[in-house]
Amino acid sequence: MTDKISIQEFVPKEAPPRYSSRDFDSDVDPKRDDFDEGLTLPDINTTPMFINIGPTHPATHGTFRVYAQLEGETVEKAGVDVGYLHRGFEKIVEVKQYNQVIPYTDRLNYCSGLTNNVAYCKAVERMMGIEVPPRTIAIRVIIMEIQRIMDHMICCGTNIVDIGALTNFWYFYNARDKLNDVLEALTGARLTYSYTRVGGLAWDLPEGWREDVKAALKEVPAAIKDVRGLVAKNRIFQDRTRGVGMISAEDAISFGWTGPCLRATGADLDLRKVRPYYGYDQLDFDIPVGANGDVYDRVIVRIAEMEESLKIIHQMIDRVPDGPINIDDKKVTLPPKDKVHTSMEALINHFKLVIEGVQPPPGRIYDATETPNGELGFYIISDGSGHPYRIKVRPPCFYTMNTLKFLVEGGMVADIVAILGGLNVIAGELDR
Amino acid sequence: MATRETPKHDALVAELKNRFGAKILDVDRSFDDCTVIVDKASIHDVLAFLKNERRFNLLLDIAGVDCMNLPKFRERFEVVYMLYSIPDVVRVRIEVPVSELDLDIPTATDLWKSANWGEREAFEMFGFNFVGHPCLKRLLTHHEFVGHPLRKDYPLMGGQWCATTSDMTEELNEPR
Repeated sequence: MTDKISIQEFVPKEAPPRYSSRDFDSDVDPKRDDFDEGLTLPDINTTPMFINIGPTHPATHGTFRVYAQLEGETVEKAGVDVGYLHRGFEKIVEVKQYNQVIPYTDRLNYCSGLTNNVAYCKAVERMMGIEVPPRTIAIRVIIMEIQRIMDHMICCGTNIVDIGALTNFWYFYNARDKLNDVLEALTGARLTYSYTRVGGLAWDLPEGWREDVKAALKEVPAAIKDVRGLVAKNRIFQDRTRGVGMISAEDAISFGWTGPCLRATGADLDLRKVRPYYGYDQLDFDIPVGANGDVYDRVIVRIAEMEESLKIIHQMIDRVPDGPINIDDKKVTLPPKDKVHTSMEALINHFKLVIEGVQPPPGRIYDATETPNGELGFYIISDGSGHPYRIKVRPPCFYTMNTLKFLVEGGMVADIVAILGGLNVIAGELDR
Repeated sequence: MATRETPKHDALVAELKNRFGAKILDVDRSFDDCTVIVDKASIHDVLAFLKNERRFNLLLDIAGVDCMNLPKFRERFEVVYMLYSIPDVVRVRIEVPVSELDLDIPTATDLWKSANWGEREAFEMFGFNFVGHPCLKRLLTHHEFVGHPLRKDYPLMGGQWCATTSDMTEELNEPR
């Protein structure tokens, strides 16, 4: 533990010398190129200034706080305070049934709730030895990739807005709204979907849904083209983001980075490729990687990933097989409602399953999924009852936020905003 | 059912047993995962071996567990390290039983920087004392919060009144 510093130490004993424009060399013409060289400032007795950004600041997009010690406009030191959205996810799920946890997972990364639903159900299903039907797998892949596009649109859109380019935000949000309509048609919700169940899905695709998806996806390439055209070779944007918040791949790995932020440093870790699940190894897509690990690369990698997700959806959308969406296991799947009303066995089955819930065998499992932000892991301990004994969430942005202090120190104040946006820290999954 | 990782797990477990002997208390291979249960006295050696010589370069997460209500357990608490090796594409979990009477455990912040916040969260939720941690403060809960909320004997309902704002001096001065 280092010694505490007192703010009083930095208060000067006597007032700093005042200076006015008359102190400067009056011969210097401000329009001359060597204006800066001719400028002589008297020694200014600067004192560190402490500023507090957040917890509710428009640029934090969530509730966290950066406390910075400034020397002029340079951040000398920074402290990061999180936990303003801590709701005790890991405590409350210990008294819920496994299926009742699914709505809570929506609230982790609320920009891509469906991915969290799938990630959680995938973990429980592996624990129970369930192989979900091929139709369910295809639907899950499609909705996960739609959510990846939507999440990246929010992240890139707001990050570029924070830097000062508002138009891109509208381009992305127009397209994102169409995708949200599609998901609303599927799940009935626009933010907290709760669409998956252990062993399958809540309900099947509505009629004509695949055509709706194809129509909505037509908006996405145009939005990507517009934004990329405005941003990628934009001198102002590059000046603002190139070399800002740089981190090497080695450091990023040591800090526990995963997902697009890590791939922006050049490391090509993507669980969909290296540890494929749900038939991702059968699909044709690439992993975009950056080179410098700065804010620019994070934005560009995300935009490129959206195109890869488009490729995946286009491959899958016409290959959704027919068949059931839930596994045929009375201990996992609720019986059809008409059977419940007419058959005694189905009624008892329904009652037992609702009261007791699904019961994975005793044991422990860690299962990870590549979410838009990186590796979302669920460490689940089951004691054989209907309630999880312990669920530990491994949120991807928890570990990127850990790094924020080291990324902003030495930079400018305005860069804090750019870096924070590029990391895509979502308070819901950061604080749980 | 064997997966692509199973032979790698076999080799790793054999090597750890060979090298650390009785310090490896047990190995759990259920659900195709690989969990190595390590004695607390040599946890830092095992982690350093995995990091430096077996290329486990990614410490994904640190989880605390309160085993109080489990049917059988070694000690009341456990610290679980989720490790992943990017070059070898293999996962392993390291579990360390920690007694309620001695909550000290050596820090892993000198091996992985991600251990910083992972250990802070485990500290506030369960009360482990990670010896050598640069800034072992509460992270998600308020700095005036009393108790360790994820322990099984901490009540589910209820609240605490926390009023003042943290001055953040310790976070500010945390060494890089």
